Amino acid sequence: MSVNTIATKSRHTLSVLVKHNLNTFSRIIGIFSGKGFELESVTFASEKERGMARITITTYGDEETVEQINKHLYNVIDVLKVTDLTHKKCIERELAIVKVSTAKAGRPEIMMIAQAFKAKVIDITGDKLALEVTGNTDKVDAMIEVMKPYGIIEMSRTGSVALKREFQGAANIDLT
Amino acid sequence: MKPQKQTASAKSSQTSPLKPIQGPALRPEAKTHNGAEILIKTLADLDVDTIFGYPGGAVLPVYDFLFDNHDLKHILIRHEQAGAHAADGYARATGKPGVVLATSGPGGTNTVTGIATAMMDSIPLVVFTGQVPTGVIGNDAFQEADIVGITRPITKQNYLVRDVDELEHVIREAFHIATNGRPGPVLVDLPKDMLNTPGRFSGMKKVEIPSFKPTLHGHRPQIAKAAEMLSNAKKPLIYAGGGVILGEAWEELTAFAERMNIPVTTTLMGLGAFPESKPQSVGMLGMHGTWYANMAMTECDVLIAIGARFDDRVTGRLDGFSPNSRKIHIDIDPSCIGKNVPVEVPIVGDVKHVIPAIDEMANPPEISEWWSTIENWKSEHPLVVPESADKIYPQHMVKMISEVTNGDAIVVTDVGQHQMWAAQHYKYNHPRSWISSGGLGTMGYGFPAAIGAALACPDRDVVCITGDGGFQMLTCELATAVEYNIPVKIALMNNSCLGMVRQWQQLFYNNRTSYSVFGSNNPDFVKLAEAYGCPAMRAENPAEMQQVLNKAMKIDGPVLMDFRVVENENCYPMVPSGAALNEMVESDEECN
Repeated sequence: MSVNTIATKSRHTLSVLVKHNLNTFSRIIGIFSGKGFELESVTFASEKERGMARITITTYGDEETVEQINKHLYNVIDVLKVTDLTHKKCIERELAIVKVSTAKAGRPEIMMIAQAFKAKVIDITGDKLALEVTGNTDKVDAMIEVMKPYGIIEMSRTGSVALKREFQGAANIDLT
Repeated sequence: MKPQKQTASAKSSQTSPLKPIQGPALRPEAKTHNGAEILIKTLADLDVDTIFGYPGGAVLPVYDFLFDNHDLKHILIRHEQAGAHAADGYARATGKPGVVLATSGPGGTNTVTGIATAMMDSIPLVVFTGQVPTGVIGNDAFQEADIVGITRPITKQNYLVRDVDELEHVIREAFHIATNGRPGPVLVDLPKDMLNTPGRFSGMKKVEIPSFKPTLHGHRPQIAKAAEMLSNAKKPLIYAGGGVILGEAWEELTAFAERMNIPVTTTLMGLGAFPESKPQSVGMLGMHGTWYANMAMTECDVLIAIGARFDDRVTGRLDGFSPNSRKIHIDIDPSCIGKNVPVEVPIVGDVKHVIPAIDEMANPPEISEWWSTIENWKSEHPLVVPESADKIYPQHMVKMISEVTNGDAIVVTDVGQHQMWAAQHYKYNHPRSWISSGGLGTMGYGFPAAIGAALACPDRDVVCITGDGGFQMLTCELATAVEYNIPVKIALMNNSCLGMVRQWQQLFYNNRTSYSVFGSNNPDFVKLAEAYGCPAMRAENPAEMQQVLNKAMKIDGPVLMDFRVVENENCYPMVPSGAALNEMVESDEECN
């Protein structure tokens, strides 16, 4: 639906409950590659319920594109439920391991910044530190941004996992 | 072949099979049947009467069982692609799923074009492919191909069976998925050891898939809104697509359109969904649609799309498509709605339920002015059939076939100019009488699909209107038609070139007819057919054509008619690529 619509693109988090098999997983990825939708991150993990899995997808697009993605996901036979968590109150976390060089600034400065992000030091060698940070994507992005000038040597991110928040009250508490 | 145990166990834990988790619990029947027997028994139990197949190493256990089991008719096609098309033709002619059996590797990959064809036109197909034994899957074994991976984007669902006890359930699930909701092809990959191993057969018919529950009844408030919009419309139009045929809602549509007295245009796939003999019919729309259908689409104020998907061959340039109409869209597949064109009233549901629901609530609108506009368009811009005493014009050929068969035949086509002329000039008054590859546009489709249709409907005339290009893609099927004496009347529109390619090259590429003209390099089609034992005749003028057609229709078996038509005729009206629907050209002169 590209005609005469002013599209504002935004990031969407979709939580997809599926029957656990790799064919379904491939079908879901195939929607993004085959139909040209954007895919920012994807996680796949078994559910508590036997034989089920949850796929958390973060994608980027305008409302109509995301609605199409939603419909295509539902067309995959083994997809039971798709929840767009974007406009719902949800809890969302991502984990990243970031190796930062301590050559320029020294350990204390890096560790002080890490502390501000509640990141843990999980590995120390002569001239580098490995930090583990969890939080929503913005927070992880922010720490990476701050660390960049010091020299990020290597990094690994999980992509988002998310669930609907049960507490739907007005208070915006983030129980980290 | 010795299974390599290590690989087998490593694989099965990783590429976890496609296990139906919530399938019905199987009763502990004795494992008295091997997989091959379970396959055929389940098919027979599902009322499958015909399968189209070709043997090979991986499916030998099935063929061994078929040697003396005759529960169903096996048609030996000569190429697996043709098998898929034949099953597709069978499905379009009957509404029942078509069934294909092919071996592993090349057998499976040959079916790919046929599966993609069925996918694009939402045709229920169940394709069984052999696979190398589970122990060697992934080892590049002889005739191994990852057919589940290859066909993933072109099937509605597919399976690799890794437990013979689940085979029966997987087959039942495959048929359920292929035929329910928006239909489509399903593939089941059968490793050879699964076919040899004894397993359980329960005969339990019920299939329950919690994640697959298509919406059948439309949302009531939306239906009411649609009815209200139609009742107050000044210039309404019904745009009916293949979904009306797939949903078997042609009677509901006809009753609705007649009572409301609203004009109906059909898509290529919707031909036959509404009788063209009715006064409400404005024929086909789109790139080669009628002038008046395309004008009605452009000018209408309320548009109701029923089982159609706003394909680019229908809409033309999107910003010029039906610019002033409020749009209602009924489709069973939500992902079809709002995909290309925004709609005001989306109704997700089965057309067979939704049309009567709207009919109940709507009142016939007052549209006599609209009708007189349409009648004017009709008389000013009719479809033209050029005729000559010494030359066969392709349009004339189709018109004559329509007359000779009283418009009652099943017409099956390939893709190109002949397809568009067959769509324009044959008068379609019955559903399931137009069989053509619309979405994928598959050359080679026509002849094998006609074989499938003729086997499915032995009491109807089946005419395959094809071209010299498309027919040559699967001429091997002459052997199949002759072996089973399948009465397909092949009407070959022979213009010695790839007409539609040549037409585009003339119009848009400065007449540079690059690789589109066969000229004298075509075979002698009459001799070719005769080599297979198929009667064949040639006609070079309308008088001969009449004689040949009359003779051919009386022959009980396949016939090839080589009609030498005017070579440089082009198909009009035409909406040039990138133009809006009302920017049609009607002749070569207008293009220059």
